[in-house]
Amino acid sequence: MHFYKLILRNSMRHKLRTGLTVLGLVVAFLSFGLLQSIVDAWYHGAEAAAPNRLITRNAVSLTIPLPLHYREKVRAVDGVKTVAATNWFAGVYQDPKNFFPQFAVEPVPYFSMYPEYRLQADEFAAFVRDRKGAVIGRKLAQTYGFKVGDTVPLKGTIFPGNWAFVVRAIYDAGDAKTDTSLFFFHWDYLNETMKQRMPLRASQAGIFMIEITDVDRAAAISEAIDKQFRNSIAETLTETEQAFQIGFVKQTESIVIAIRIVSFVVIFIILAVMANTMAMTARERLREYAMLKALGFSPGYVAGLIFGESLAIAAVGCAIGVGLTFPVGSWFAAQMGTLFPVFSVSGQTVVLQIVSALAVGTIAALLPARRAARVRIVEGLRAIG
Amino acid sequence: MTQPIVEIRNLSKAYHRGGQVVPVLSDITLDIAAGEFVALMGPSGSGKSTLLNLIAGIDKPDGGTLHVAGIDIAGLTEAQLADWRAEHVGFIFQFYNLMPVLTAFENIELPLMLTHLSGAERREHVDAALAMVGLSDRMEHYPSELSGGQQQRVAIARAIITDPTILVADEPTGDLDRASAEDILNLMDQLNSELGKTIVMVTHDPNAARRARVVRHLEKGVLTEE
Repeated sequence: MHFYKLILRNSMRHKLRTGLTVLGLVVAFLSFGLLQSIVDAWYHGAEAAAPNRLITRNAVSLTIPLPLHYREKVRAVDGVKTVAATNWFAGVYQDPKNFFPQFAVEPVPYFSMYPEYRLQADEFAAFVRDRKGAVIGRKLAQTYGFKVGDTVPLKGTIFPGNWAFVVRAIYDAGDAKTDTSLFFFHWDYLNETMKQRMPLRASQAGIFMIEITDVDRAAAISEAIDKQFRNSIAETLTETEQAFQIGFVKQTESIVIAIRIVSFVVIFIILAVMANTMAMTARERLREYAMLKALGFSPGYVAGLIFGESLAIAAVGCAIGVGLTFPVGSWFAAQMGTLFPVFSVSGQTVVLQIVSALAVGTIAALLPARRAARVRIVEGLRAIG
Repeated sequence: MTQPIVEIRNLSKAYHRGGQVVPVLSDITLDIAAGEFVALMGPSGSGKSTLLNLIAGIDKPDGGTLHVAGIDIAGLTEAQLADWRAEHVGFIFQFYNLMPVLTAFENIELPLMLTHLSGAERREHVDAALAMVGLSDRMEHYPSELSGGQQQRVAIARAIITDPTILVADEPTGDLDRASAEDILNLMDQLNSELGKTIVMVTHDPNAARRARVVRHLEKGVLTEE
């Protein structure tokens, strides 16, 4: 019992030093948690992807569209259940900083593939009826105060001109991974307008969203689709939704890597601070450790006191840091608006924080514990703390 | 003389400093009988603390033999020595060396944590030791709340709590005022005369040395006179 009592009381001997160390740990583990959550948010699209959804795009580049008539050929491939032409719109709402993703979609096939977008039947029916209608996510609605019936003007960038859409439905998230910051409108409306404004760019789809009947045949179906368009004017590349999303994230991978590195640098810095604290602590108490050894306590007991104290301080800093990661993460997500549509602190992040705390507590105590355990009693008793 | 509890034969010890060998003890032969109260005196650097450390098993000789209670402690490993010290040696230091984060009670109880005594048994032992050193009313005080003399009494209680074979005291009154020093010497006297404790004490203080039954002098690492 004295062992734990000594650890607890020793850790409180220098309240200011311990307090500042804990504060440093809290900031470090909080920062680590937030940075890891940002990385997770970056990959949310891939995590939210369903295995029964494929995406067919131009094999040369995502920016080159595919002829609309491919849709029927894709639909005819064995194992394909549903196909929906889809385009990335990239319109600007009032100011370029008001970014949110917008997609032109074929409503019925597209939303049938996404059961995680929870829509009210009457609102969805109103959207289907209205060629200028739009479906928006709950987070987007909350961010800009959009309500059903509101008109949302967008200035086209890829598709030039001024566009206006009427919000007909607001969808909610079916699960925690569902992005509710999206904006959908009728692909037909986009296509008809383009026929009038820029006929050469009409009847082209950015991608085809595909639902398949058997996830185990995803590779074979992808191959079958692409085989149909081999040696054509627009060869295709079909992949799972998850592979498509990962490929998308890979374009910004260097940023993700930088964030990951910074998160671990933060842990390394606090490890150095903690190691310094424990080294000072052990040096000051060398005489006490020598006395304990003189009384017959083993070197392991002495080392255990230092490891215990280091781990206790790291645990307190980690507990507070982890506890703060959730509210600070929520606040951060709110400040970021639709930039990080799905931002949450995952269980894996918490585990990483705890493992980091264990590593910091253990590594910081290694050298001081070794020194205290190996100190010669005679020399230790002469030490001046 | 009764059967010696400490038997030292041709003991030698040297330190190595900067490549130089500095002899500290040379050819020491000494017997200490059970129940004896021995004072080791000598000038600084004479080797008296080194001799005490060797007897207490916290340092190892370079040559000779050293038996305490029939055990050749020079031949023990570090782990064996630790166990041996826990069972056979009570330490009284000049600067008390109490754990500042433990109360007087807890400091005295500390050596008992290495035994198999139950909590109730430990409390019984500590209460008795506290009563013996006259600090029953200070058991919940931390060292910083006690005077130097009181801290040394706590240290003495800690030294005797396991009923060790031998008590070693290194300048036990060196950090105390005259009155407190007298109290401590009276207590040690009492431990020796009433409880029959074998005490080996290093001291500079002639007053302290006078309380011992036997005084041995060391000069440049050699025992000079009785």
